[in-house]
Amino acid sequence: MSFPDRKETEVRRMLEGPHPALPPDLAGRAAERGRRMLHRHQVVRTIGWLLLLAAVVAFGVWAAIVEPWATPPPTDTTPPLEGW
Amino acid sequence: MVRERRAARDGRRAREFEAFVAGAGGRLLHAATLLTGEPTGDTEAAERLLTAALARTYARWDRLRGEDPYDHTRRTLAALFAHRGHRYRRPRGGTLARLTPQERLVLVLRLYEGVAEEQTAAALGLPVERVRAICTRAVTAMRSAAARRGTTGTRPSAGTRSSAGTSSSVGRPPSAGTQSSAGTPPSTGGRAATGATGAGAGAGATGAGAGAGAETGADAGARAGAGAGTDAGAEAGAGAAP
Repeated sequence: MSFPDRKETEVRRMLEGPHPALPPDLAGRAAERGRRMLHRHQVVRTIGWLLLLAAVVAFGVWAAIVEPWATPPPTDTTPPLEGW
Repeated sequence: MVRERRAARDGRRAREFEAFVAGAGGRLLHAATLLTGEPTGDTEAAERLLTAALARTYARWDRLRGEDPYDHTRRTLAALFAHRGHRYRRPRGGTLARLTPQERLVLVLRLYEGVAEEQTAAALGLPVERVRAICTRAVTAMRSAAARRGTTGTRPSAGTRSSAGTSSSVGRPPSAGTQSSAGTPPSTGGRAATGATGAGAGAGATGAGAGAGAETGADAGARAGAGAGTDAGAEAGAGAAP
C-alpha cells in the first residue's frame, strides 16, 4: 500500500464517524414532495399537449377557411404595353 | 382501468421508495451531514438537502430504467450541494467543518462514497487533475487538523484488530458493487460502518503519530478489502473497514 493511500485510509476512517439518526418521517416528506413534483410535471405536460392540439386545430380551421393553396389562375394576357 | 393501473403504480412506487430510504437513508444522511459540515446531533440543513434530493429521485422513480436509485440520489445530492454550496461556507462544527464546500464535496464523493476520480470530475465539471489536487489538499488539511487536535492517546490494538476482522468479513459483499444494485448494498455498508464505529472512533481521532502495530492492523484491513477483487471492491472494503 503506497503512502498517499494510507493517508486516504486515515481520512476515510475519520469520515466514518457516528452516523446521525434518520428521522422517521424523512421518507414520507420526501415522497410527498416528490409526488407534488411529479404532479406538477404532469400538469405542465398536459398543458403543453393541449396547447399543441389547440394550435393544430386553429391552423386547420384557418387553412380550411382561407384555402391559401387556391391561388387565382394565371392571367392569359400580358398587361398592355404603354409609352414605349 | 387507467385509473386503477395508475393507483397500482403509485402504490408500488411508494413501497419501493420507502424500502429504499429505509435501507440507504442512514448512509445518505451521513454523507449529507458531512457535506453541510454539521455536527451529528444537529442535522437540519443536511435533512433539507437530502429531502430535496430524495424527492427528485422519487419523481424520477418510474423512469430510472435500471439505474441505481442510490447512485441517482447521490448525484442529485452532489449537484444540489454544488448549486447551494455558498450557503454552507460558515463552519458549523462537524467533522469537515474547516474545509471549503468544494473540498468537502470532493472528499465525500472520493473517499466516503468511493466514486472514481473520473466520475467525480465529470459530476463536478472539473478536470481530473483538479479533483486530484483538491482531494490531496483536503486530505492534508484533515490530517493536520486531526494532529493539531492532540492525539496523545494510543490506539487500542484490540480495536484495530477487530476492525481488520470485520473488514475481511464485510469486504466481500461490496465487491459485487456497492453502487450497482438497488437498495440493499448501501444498507449493508451503512450497517457495517455503524457496527465498526466503536472500533473506528478511537482510531479516527489519532493523527500522524500512530503506533506501528496499529498501522499494520490498518494495512491488513485494507489488504483484506483489496483481496475481494475489483478496484471498486477494494475501495468499498477499505471504506467500510474503519
